[in-house]
Amino acid sequence: MNMFRGFWAVIYKEMIQVRRDPSTRFVFLIPLFQMIIFGYAIDMDVQHIATVVCDMDQSVESRLIVAQMANTRTFDITGEVASERDIRRQIVAGTAKVGIIIPGDYGAKLLRGEQATVQVLVDGSDSSVANNAVQTSRGVGMLQSLQRAGVSGQLLPVDVRQRVLFNPDLISANFYVPALVGIILQIVTVFLTAFAIVRERERGTLEQLSVTPVSRSALILGKLVPYAIIGMIQTIFVLLLMRCLFGVVIEGDVFLLLALSVLFLLPALAMGILISTIAFNQAEAMQMGMLIMLPSILLSGFAFPRETMPLPIYALSFGIPVTYYVQILRGIILRGAGLWALWPQTLALAGFAVVLVVASSVRFQKRIG
Amino acid sequence: MSAAADSAIVVEGLTRKFGAFTAVDNVSFEIGRGDIFGFLGPNGSGKSTVIRMLCGLLRPTTGTALLDGIDVRRDPESIKQRIGYTSQKFSLYEDLTVDENVMFFGRIYGLKNRRLKERRDAVIGLVGIGDYAGRLAGQLSGGWKQRLAVACALLHEPNIIFLDEPTAGIDPVARRDLWDLLFKLSSAGTTLFVTTHYMDEAERCTDVGYIYLSKLIVCGQPKTLKALPEVTPGGHRRLEVECEESRQALERLRGVDGIADATLFGQNIHLLARDDITEADIRGELERGGIGAREIRQIEPSLEDVFVMLTRRHAGTPRKR
Repeated sequence: MNMFRGFWAVIYKEMIQVRRDPSTRFVFLIPLFQMIIFGYAIDMDVQHIATVVCDMDQSVESRLIVAQMANTRTFDITGEVASERDIRRQIVAGTAKVGIIIPGDYGAKLLRGEQATVQVLVDGSDSSVANNAVQTSRGVGMLQSLQRAGVSGQLLPVDVRQRVLFNPDLISANFYVPALVGIILQIVTVFLTAFAIVRERERGTLEQLSVTPVSRSALILGKLVPYAIIGMIQTIFVLLLMRCLFGVVIEGDVFLLLALSVLFLLPALAMGILISTIAFNQAEAMQMGMLIMLPSILLSGFAFPRETMPLPIYALSFGIPVTYYVQILRGIILRGAGLWALWPQTLALAGFAVVLVVASSVRFQKRIG
Repeated sequence: MSAAADSAIVVEGLTRKFGAFTAVDNVSFEIGRGDIFGFLGPNGSGKSTVIRMLCGLLRPTTGTALLDGIDVRRDPESIKQRIGYTSQKFSLYEDLTVDENVMFFGRIYGLKNRRLKERRDAVIGLVGIGDYAGRLAGQLSGGWKQRLAVACALLHEPNIIFLDEPTAGIDPVARRDLWDLLFKLSSAGTTLFVTTHYMDEAERCTDVGYIYLSKLIVCGQPKTLKALPEVTPGGHRRLEVECEESRQALERLRGVDGIADATLFGQNIHLLARDDITEADIRGELERGGIGAREIRQIEPSLEDVFVMLTRRHAGTPRKR
């Protein structure tokens, strides 16, 4: 029995269908759209937190500390209010996230050399905003204290000098956009391949194919190849967008990047096939796709650092292929890493490829009963 | 095993269980080469399961099926090269054109280059779909879709073709055209296995089988089946009554002792009456209701009568295996 019987027939047919399918145009619209959302809209740098001030002192000292808070650019002073109650009301209403209360004796205490208090109320519902507000205000307080203590002009005993390698301006887009290539590739490949086979089942064409001598592997491979090609075109498209829209330069070897992208496509496509062998219709495939999608976005290290996750979830993130691909993308694009640094990730992807391709081929039954 | 050399399909004791449910129960039949076998039965009775087993899509739990002398259990793949199949639901690619569909299935069946083009032209010519070659399959009407399905099933010159309800939901003209095509294929020596709900189509088949509650109740030539003693029990005959007010007439006649069965057929009533019920008895009964009978004549049972009688007998004596 010829293992690849019908392979070219399936590829040729699939190409015609892809070309004719109106949803094909989304293949390029979706990455463009995601690129813009993740690249421009989602700015993880916390700045310009809406802040209201209740300055009951109205002294030179109180105005100085408010100005210093504003100078950090972390806080945007959006208004002055008369009482703590007004601050609480604004925080509840969401018009302010931080309130600074300066008691009436602030300036007087400072002049007397006593410890003066500034109260900062922080809306803790968004933890990253709250953390930032707490740290920045603490820093401002520390700076004030040092100046008051008269040490600012002298040399501090310990000087911590920070120098940021790669992405020196700490632009979050530079961090997210390269990893976005992986997420987009994952979405496209999993969904397109899952749908490609489930659609045949739903429309009854799989049943028709089952009574023909087409071989199982020819059917699977014939469906994979066109989508793998689409996936590669998308990868290149997204990399170009990254270069042109966000000015992110690929520091490392482009060919290594493309080669490892192909390696990532294998487990991603196989996951799509696996879904299609389990799902009975496109709605079910959609749900299962989402089930894979969410961990891929949330746990792969694309959106949130994996190191800070609770241990069980951190362990789980090792079971997601895109985790390794995100590391590869950031490594090559941002840090110019070569294979010498990325071989563990490469091996992991290869392992996923073998396991998932075998699992999906075994599960894909030609008999439909 | 009595697998006659001229039999296209020999089925013996074919059984398929899904868990505790027996979908096909000990079914046996034989179909000769070039026959048109009509396979009937209500939905859910096991028709499709039989076809799926014969096409090698589903493994029989027990029993054997030989197609062209090949055992479906042993070699389902080589059977696929010898059979064609059109499913109940249109299952070709709606987003491919007629020509692309034909070419795709041709390639799948291993046809190449000149041979592929020859076969494509042959099947497109045979089903007469040439004028629509460039049209998307999804835009064809039901009748043309069926012809396209038949064309794709014929590409590799199979000896046996399975057609699962090929005429469901298509217009009468298309239905007749399709049957003309089936007769053409049959006379060329192709064996056809057709499922249908239409009794008039069953009458056109050389052989019919009726499956009910997973069991094959009857199988044979329509002529033989109509002559079965169970269909027209001893001491009974079948009459057709042509009269006015047939609905009321039916009510009256159903109450008569000696009339075993009365059914409405269009404007006429079909009776299964004991021999001692005379024509005059019937006229008399109708006249008492103020109904005039135009004509009463003896008829032979239709295939529908055959199936109705046998189903009732079967349902009356349930057997568990």
